[in-house]
Amino acid sequence: MSVLLNKNTKVLVQGITGRIGNFHAEEMIAYGTNVVAGVTPGKGGTKHLDRPVFNTVKEAVDATGAEATIVFVPAVAAADGIMEAADAGIKYAVSITDGIPAHDMMRVKRYMLRYKKEEKMILTGPNCAGTITPGEAMIGIMPGHIYTSGDVGVIGRSGTLGYEAASQMKAEGIGISTSVGIGGDPINGSSHKDILELFNEDEKTKAVMLIGEIGGPQEAEAAEYVKSNMKKPVVAYIAGLTAPKGRRMGHAGAIVSGKGESAAEKVEMLKEAGIHIIPNPSEMGSKMKEVIEKHL
Amino acid sequence: MDIHEYQAKEILSNFNVQTLDGKLALKTSEAVAAFNELETDVCVVKAQVHSGARGKAGGIIICKSDEEVRTASEKLLGTYLKTIQTGEQGKLIEKLYIESGCDIDREIYLAYVMDRAKQRIVIVASAEGGMSIEELAAEKPEAIKKVEIDPAVGLTGFQARELSFALDFPKEVLGKAVQLFMGCYKAMVELDMNMLEINPLVLTNDQNLVALDAKMSFDDNALFRHPEINELNDNSQKDKREVAASEHDLSYVGLDGDIGCMINGAGLAMATMDMIKYCGGEPANFLDIGGGASPERVGKAFELVLADDNVKAMLVNVYAGINRCDWIAEGLVKIIPTVDLKIPLIVRLSGTNVEEGLKIIKDSGLPIILADTLKDAAEKAVEAAKK
Repeated sequence: MSVLLNKNTKVLVQGITGRIGNFHAEEMIAYGTNVVAGVTPGKGGTKHLDRPVFNTVKEAVDATGAEATIVFVPAVAAADGIMEAADAGIKYAVSITDGIPAHDMMRVKRYMLRYKKEEKMILTGPNCAGTITPGEAMIGIMPGHIYTSGDVGVIGRSGTLGYEAASQMKAEGIGISTSVGIGGDPINGSSHKDILELFNEDEKTKAVMLIGEIGGPQEAEAAEYVKSNMKKPVVAYIAGLTAPKGRRMGHAGAIVSGKGESAAEKVEMLKEAGIHIIPNPSEMGSKMKEVIEKHL
Repeated sequence: MDIHEYQAKEILSNFNVQTLDGKLALKTSEAVAAFNELETDVCVVKAQVHSGARGKAGGIIICKSDEEVRTASEKLLGTYLKTIQTGEQGKLIEKLYIESGCDIDREIYLAYVMDRAKQRIVIVASAEGGMSIEELAAEKPEAIKKVEIDPAVGLTGFQARELSFALDFPKEVLGKAVQLFMGCYKAMVELDMNMLEINPLVLTNDQNLVALDAKMSFDDNALFRHPEINELNDNSQKDKREVAASEHDLSYVGLDGDIGCMINGAGLAMATMDMIKYCGGEPANFLDIGGGASPERVGKAFELVLADDNVKAMLVNVYAGINRCDWIAEGLVKIIPTVDLKIPLIVRLSGTNVEEGLKIIKDSGLPIILADTLKDAAEKAVEAAKK
């Protein structure tokens, strides 16, 4: 078991014939991901990386039964690509693109509300590294070899900080059930809480690591959820202790603009909810190990 | 991206929001001429800087004569205005906006913000104008009205009317209020704003609604489709180091510490800075070199960090996914001999092509201090900066 993705999940690559889409589709296939087709408008009927290419997501879903997609579409048209996937009946979409206008994402989120709960697509990202179920499949741009399979679920905003966490855990002999990147944008597909809910119900996942950062309300919302619902231990690190108020730290969403958005305030809220706090980013692996030994 | 008040008001007037007559002045003589051309008894001389709370900082001066305008202008132009939002160094005043006065009945707070919890645009308004929204939220939270806008239908007429009544506007201005609320929403959506604030919006004695101040912030990610907004950019309002960084498409934020940082990924950059702090040091900057950084880009980023005279040690931390450690190493080895490096350089590489990267550094014979882990790197950098 895992969340969102396993070795059987039929995956589509939107933008497979582009430079970036092509590169990462190859990596995903090499990792073992069940990539069934690609979509590039105007290149329907051709083959790429030995997979059929379709003009529209709908055609690809009809022909292959694809359930998940990774959207390698430039920022100008990425929102449209995500909505196309939602409309075609895709169950899970990962948006990698950095730089999608926030107003476009607000429209995407509103558009996705039109589907009934059981038909609604789950979106993670944009501006993330993707999702990986180690040893089975990856939909993303991460270096797959740094992850080992195991029973810790990981949720994070940042790509490279997630790699750091994965390699620290690997060094401690801790494996990962699924690692989900939710991205660094202010308006994103899934929140920390949305993914916590999935891990809470996932049999394989025994503990969760949450990697948050300054800005926005999502860590506070996660704390609320954990406090009243979480059945498994959660370990968290919040990046951005040194970030000054009102300055954007790279990610479009990493900015302290109001109360409760600084790293110190978020740490307090998480602690209050019974979450184990990682005091500094070099202890992500060791803290996880300590919590596992004590609680599992 | 932020813009000046005078620019924001010009935009607002295109969306049917009433503003007062005003003129831009770059010199004192122009300020005086503007006052005379406005044919007004009272004018307000307003420093144009990218910051709120200008009034409290002395950047807004009411004047009743040529002489007063001249004095105010000479006092402001060319100086740095330090507000609670600008930080210690303040912001350079290069432009003044000379605006007519008006008779004020009441001041109202009005803002349109991107609410990250609701993931929608929310109007935040209060009949208690003239205060900052932070003060209001702390002291009189019940006085704050909120209107959540559905992006599929936009601001509806009934929502605009409800807000007008909630703000206790007399029924005579209902039509004008609805027009103003609609105009602001349209401007925000059409121009991809993150924030639009009118503080204060005033109800005049002759029953008009006038935007006395205006602050706008645009989504940097959407500027590609608004070249006319992009032209309103004013680099004089930004940190010089940040302007240089943006020319190379690098994400940089200058800070006050002495350990220069060069990292890939925003999250890892923040975490590395946290680690420096944890080890007893202070980062001099945030710098994300991004994914797929070429040796040239690495060189540019390196020069940028070194351009800060406060930097006493430099830490490079790269966890390569789509990046390549050998490219990072190549970039460093190429740039170092050209810059006369006088400070210790600590490098930690991990991920894609790490062996190749480390070999390039070792073979170069350059005095680079290598670190194995994040902790090791931060400790070495803090120690080096203290020497």
